[in-house]
Amino acid sequence: MKPKIPNQLDDIYRKVIAGERLSADEGLRLYDSPHLNAVGYMANIVRERHCGNVAWYVRNQHINYTNICNKLCRFCSFYVPPKDGRGYVLSPEDVQERVRQYLHIPITEIHMVAGINPKLPYSYYIDIVHAVKDVRPEVAVKAFTAIEWVQIARIAKKPLREVMVELKAAGVSSIPGGGAEVFSDRVQAEMFWTKADSDEWMRVARTAHEVGLPTNATMLYGHIENPDERVHHLVSLRELQDETGGFLAYIPLSFHPERTELEDLPAPTGEADLREIAVARLMLDNFPHIKSFWIMNTIEISQVALWYGADDIDGTIQEYEITRRTYEETRQVLTRSQLVERIVEAGREPAERDNLYNRVRTEREIPEDEEPVAVPGEMPVLS
Amino acid sequence: MIDDIAEKIHAEARITMEDARRLMAHPNVTELGMLADTVRRRRWPEDVVTYNVGRNINYTNVCWVRCDFCAFYRPPGSAEGYVLPHEQIFRKIDELVAAGGQAPKSNEILMQGGLNPKLRIDYYEDLFSSIRERYPSVHQHCLSATEIIYVAHISRLSIPDCIRRLRDAGLDSIPGAGAEILSDEVRDIIGFRKDRVHEWLAVHRAAHELGMHTTATMMYGHVESVEQRLEHLRHIRDLQDDTGGMTAFIAWNFQPDDTDLAADNARWNGRKATGYDYLRTIAVSRLFLDNIPSFQASWVTQGPKIAQVGLKYGVNDFGSTMMEENVVSAAGTSHTDEMSPGAMLRLIRDAGYRPARRNTRYEMVN
Repeated sequence: MKPKIPNQLDDIYRKVIAGERLSADEGLRLYDSPHLNAVGYMANIVRERHCGNVAWYVRNQHINYTNICNKLCRFCSFYVPPKDGRGYVLSPEDVQERVRQYLHIPITEIHMVAGINPKLPYSYYIDIVHAVKDVRPEVAVKAFTAIEWVQIARIAKKPLREVMVELKAAGVSSIPGGGAEVFSDRVQAEMFWTKADSDEWMRVARTAHEVGLPTNATMLYGHIENPDERVHHLVSLRELQDETGGFLAYIPLSFHPERTELEDLPAPTGEADLREIAVARLMLDNFPHIKSFWIMNTIEISQVALWYGADDIDGTIQEYEITRRTYEETRQVLTRSQLVERIVEAGREPAERDNLYNRVRTEREIPEDEEPVAVPGEMPVLS
Repeated sequence: MIDDIAEKIHAEARITMEDARRLMAHPNVTELGMLADTVRRRRWPEDVVTYNVGRNINYTNVCWVRCDFCAFYRPPGSAEGYVLPHEQIFRKIDELVAAGGQAPKSNEILMQGGLNPKLRIDYYEDLFSSIRERYPSVHQHCLSATEIIYVAHISRLSIPDCIRRLRDAGLDSIPGAGAEILSDEVRDIIGFRKDRVHEWLAVHRAAHELGMHTTATMMYGHVESVEQRLEHLRHIRDLQDDTGGMTAFIAWNFQPDDTDLAADNARWNGRKATGYDYLRTIAVSRLFLDNIPSFQASWVTQGPKIAQVGLKYGVNDFGSTMMEENVVSAAGTSHTDEMSPGAMLRLIRDAGYRPARRNTRYEMVN
C-alpha cells in the first residue's frame, strides 16, 4: 500500500521508511504540515514497527492522596493551597480503603500521584506505599511524579537516589511521567515558576533509571507553548532515552483549561491531540510506547489515535480527581470490556498489560485460543 | 489491501458497493481520510471551510408517529406538547437576524417539528408567507420529507401539489431529515409508522422536479448493518444521478438517551457509535457519494474534537451555527453550549482552513 504522501513530506516519508532519525527541523515541519492524515500514516509505520497490531490497555486505579499543593501552577484545577478548607489528605487507612473498594477487579497497577503538601513527613510516603501493598500485595505501585520525588527527598533530608531506593524497597516499581509540563524556561516562568525546571525533571528521571525504576514521560500541551518548544521537549527526552533507556511510554497531555486560572484559553482541538500523538511517535523513535490517555484526550480521540501512533489507551482508572467536569465529580471509569471493544472496533489486537508492559493473562475473560498473539514492545535495559 | 480502490479514486472513477464494503472494513482510517480528502479537494480545491448562520426552530413537538429512536416528541394530547405561536417564532428569527445581518436569504432557519394532526397546509402557508414577508434575509429550509408527506395526507393533496403550495408560500428548500436509514427492514424496527423508503425518495424527487434543492442525511448506529448503511448511500447516489437536486450530505449517529429503542435490549445492543465509526463512515460516504457536492460536519452529535477531525475525512462545511437544538439534545447529546460561532471559527482555522460564511444555496455571504 502506497498512499499519496504530499510532496512536501516526501523526504520525511523516505526517512521514516528507512528507519532514520528525524531532526528537530523535521519535527517542526510535522507540526506545521496541513496534512494531518499523512503525518498520522507515517507515525503508524513507526508504531507498527514497535508494537505490531497490538494495542495495550491496563486495569488500573488512580489514587490522588492529597490535593494540597504549594506550587500554585496556573494550569492546574486540582490543587488547593495549604490551609484551604477544601484540602484533603488520604491517611494510609484511607488509601487501604480505596484499594479494598476495587479488590474484586483484577487491577494490576495503582497510579498514585498528588500535590506537594509540605506537611507530609517522609514516613507518610513509605506508609501509603506499604498500605497499598498490604491490601493488594501483587499489585504494581506506579507512584510520584518528579516534583513529588524532589519534595520527598527534601522532607527526608536524604539524597534523591537514597529515597528512591528506599521507596522501591517499600514497593514502588515504576514512576509516572507527570510534571514535565513543557521544557522551556519561558513557559515555566509564565505557568509554573515554583516547580521543578526541566533540568531537575531530567535529573529525577535519570536517577530513577539508574536505580532501576522505569519511568514515563509527558508533555502538557495546548496552553502557551509553541511548536519550537514542543520539538525541544521531544528532542530532550529522546537524548536522555538514548543514554538511559529507562523510559517506557510517552504521554502527551491535552491541557484542560476549565476551572484553571487560564480558563479563557480554548482547549486543544481533536486535530491538535492527534497531531501531538503522531509527531511524538515519529520523533521519539527510541520510546517503546506512545500512550493516548483517554481521560485527557477523550476516549473518542484515543480510539482514533490508535492509527496515529498510539499503542496504549491507558485503563480503567476508576477515580480521577485531577481533571474533571465539576468539583464533586471524581468517578471516571471505563470497564475492561469497553476498552477492549474500542480497540477491537479500531481493528487492533487488545492486550492487557501491567505497569511494565508485561502481558497480563486474562484467561477468565478471553479464551486462550483467542488471545491475541503479538510481540510486546522491547523492555528497556536498566543499569 | 485497498490499492485498486485508491487507484480508481485517483483516476476519478466511480466506486462500487463492493469497494465501499471493503473500505468500511479497512481499519487504517488515515488512509480513508487521505482518499476522502482527495475527492473533497476536487470539488472544493481551496483551503476553505464554509459555515452557515442559522437557527433551528422546532415549531411543534407533537407527533403521533412515536419513533422509538426519538426522545423529542410528545404524543397528541400530552400536557407537554406545544405549538409555538407565530410571535414566538418571530422573536427567534429576530435574534437570528440580529446575529446574521440583512443580506437577502443569508440567514437559514431550519424549522422542523412533529407530525401534528392539528396542523394542515393552511397553517404552513400562513407561517411561511408571513416569515417571507417580514424577513427578506431569511432562507426557509424547513420540513422533513416525513412532515411533508403527512401535511399532504391530512390536507388531501398530492405530494407535488403540497410542495408547490409550500414553495409558493415561501419555503426555499427542504432538509434531508427523516431519512434515518433508507431501508424498509430497518424502518420496520425503529419507526414502523414512518414513511417508507420509496416515499422519502419520492418527496425529494418531487422537490427537485419543482426546481427546489434538498439535502440528504443518514442517522446510523442503531440497528442497521454496514450493508444497510451502504444501501442507504446507494439510494441517495441513484436519486442524485437522476435529479442532481441534493446540495449536501450530513451523517450522525443515533443518540440513545431517553429513547424507547435504547430501553429495548432485544433491538439495541447498547453501544453508541464511536467517533472512529463516524470518521470512517463519512469518509466512505464522501467516496461513494461522488455526486453530492457538500459534506457537513455534525458537531452537535460528535462534539468539537471529532467534528473538527472530520474536516480531514471529506467534510468541507461546518454546518449551521444553529443557536439552539432540541431534538438530539432530548436524547442526551448537546454540544451546543461548547459551540459559539467564535469557537466554530477557531476550530476551522486550527485545522488549517479559512472559514467562509455561505448561505443555504452555497453562495458566499460577504
